Amino acid sequence: MRITCPLCGPRDRREFYYYGSDDYLNRPGPEADPSAWDNYLHLRDNPAGITTDLWYHETGCTSWLKITRNTVTHDILSVDLVAPLEPPAKPRRRAAP
Amino acid sequence: MRYSGFKVITEGLFGNKGWKPAWRDPAPKAQYDAIIIGGGGHGLATAFYLAKNHGLTNIAVLEKGYLGSGNIGRNTTIVRANYFLPGNSEFYSHSMKLWEGMEAELNYNVMHSQRGLINLFHSDGQRDAFVRRGNAMINQGDDAILLDREGVREHLPYLDFEQTRFPIYGGLLHPRGGSARHDAVAWGYARGADQRGVDLIQNCEVTGIDIENGRVTGVQTTRGPIRAAKVGIIVAGRSGQVAAMAGMRLPIESHILQAFVSEGLKPVINHVISFGMGHFYISQSDKGGLVFGGDLDFYASYASRGNLPMVEHVMEAGMTLMPMIGRAKVLRSWGGIMDMTPDGSPIIDRTHIDGLFIDCGWNYGGFKAVPASGWCMAHLMATGQPHEVARRFRLDRFATGHLLDEEGTGSQHNLH
Repeated sequence: MRITCPLCGPRDRREFYYYGSDDYLNRPGPEADPSAWDNYLHLRDNPAGITTDLWYHETGCTSWLKITRNTVTHDILSVDLVAPLEPPAKPRRRAAP
Repeated sequence: MRYSGFKVITEGLFGNKGWKPAWRDPAPKAQYDAIIIGGGGHGLATAFYLAKNHGLTNIAVLEKGYLGSGNIGRNTTIVRANYFLPGNSEFYSHSMKLWEGMEAELNYNVMHSQRGLINLFHSDGQRDAFVRRGNAMINQGDDAILLDREGVREHLPYLDFEQTRFPIYGGLLHPRGGSARHDAVAWGYARGADQRGVDLIQNCEVTGIDIENGRVTGVQTTRGPIRAAKVGIIVAGRSGQVAAMAGMRLPIESHILQAFVSEGLKPVINHVISFGMGHFYISQSDKGGLVFGGDLDFYASYASRGNLPMVEHVMEAGMTLMPMIGRAKVLRSWGGIMDMTPDGSPIIDRTHIDGLFIDCGWNYGGFKAVPASGWCMAHLMATGQPHEVARRFRLDRFATGHLLDEEGTGSQHNLH
């Protein structure tokens, strides 16, 4: 299996660490009900088909990736950065004296 | 169908035309007292014990494919009771006792062989942990013997004890551990259940679960609707999909686990050996093939096939531990779908729907649990109360924090 990292291009599966379902992106607030934490930590849709999960490009650019793929065929449909890169800040013009 | 040496000889002489199917192939009735979804090892054992221990014989096992076509038909056949945590310890101990009586109980040769299981350790800290585990096993009434390096050498002289990465310090020997013929376990339970009147219905996929006013009333299948007041879901890696038919979201993520078999060799490995640091374990089947495997591929998958990095890793670990197997050719490999829970322990419990029960979350250790899982699930379905040795396998333990994390690796599904 090869995964196309948005920053590094197509790379071997060995470079990536699988964390789990993208449920991990919906972290409950500190005041949330215990059932919200159960939902976040333990309960899973676990689909046989299309799923979105989180991977870490551990031995590459160290980006967290959101990967949509098929759990039955191992096809990878899309790979996105969890935190999109911010455009570089414009150099500020020096104020006239 | 009964078997004997005499029958084998006479059938051999007359063209093997007298063999009959070992169980009936009934059409589904419109209604049963109880339905078990899933004709694998756990489902068939549950049906058998419902009939035998509780006298419930108007029951059906519904199987999508053929009986024993899932993980009971493809696994590495290890039977052990070397658990540590209260909750797991008494359950697997109970299972081991059922294994020891299984052939007599089923009148079926499951080739159960208590050849001894050795878990290797490679550091002082790991030794201490194994001493503690061994004591827990002995306290439970099972057996454990701590071996130092020379003790391991007496049993397993062919290991590479001086390997640079994980030199072998010793091992924990579990003499009652061993292996069994996996298909025969399914067939034995199937025949026993069938003889007691259970309908084993194959090629019958459940497509819906009927619920009225919070009570289960039956199931929809590819062979028509079937009514029942009690339904048990025992479908291992497919638990998520079947539970979703009842509106449930389970603490389960399905992962792929690969295993491998070599060509048949003369007897070389007499034990079951587990090399935890290399994520490798091996035994030799009665046909002579080396049966070995490693860890999960680590990503959620229903593909029933793995990827090459884990193949490479398992082969490397095997060569590290016992270079003598390097000349053996791998005959085949396969990937099974594992119902991984966030604490690595299973679930045998009621659900929030009356009459609907679930038995799942066996991770990659379901084979050794087959008899006790069936025993306890049958007890739960018949009496409505959890069996004494399975009372901690609750569905809600993740929400309440009563986890059974045997390995202490945290709440990520693939780390167990």
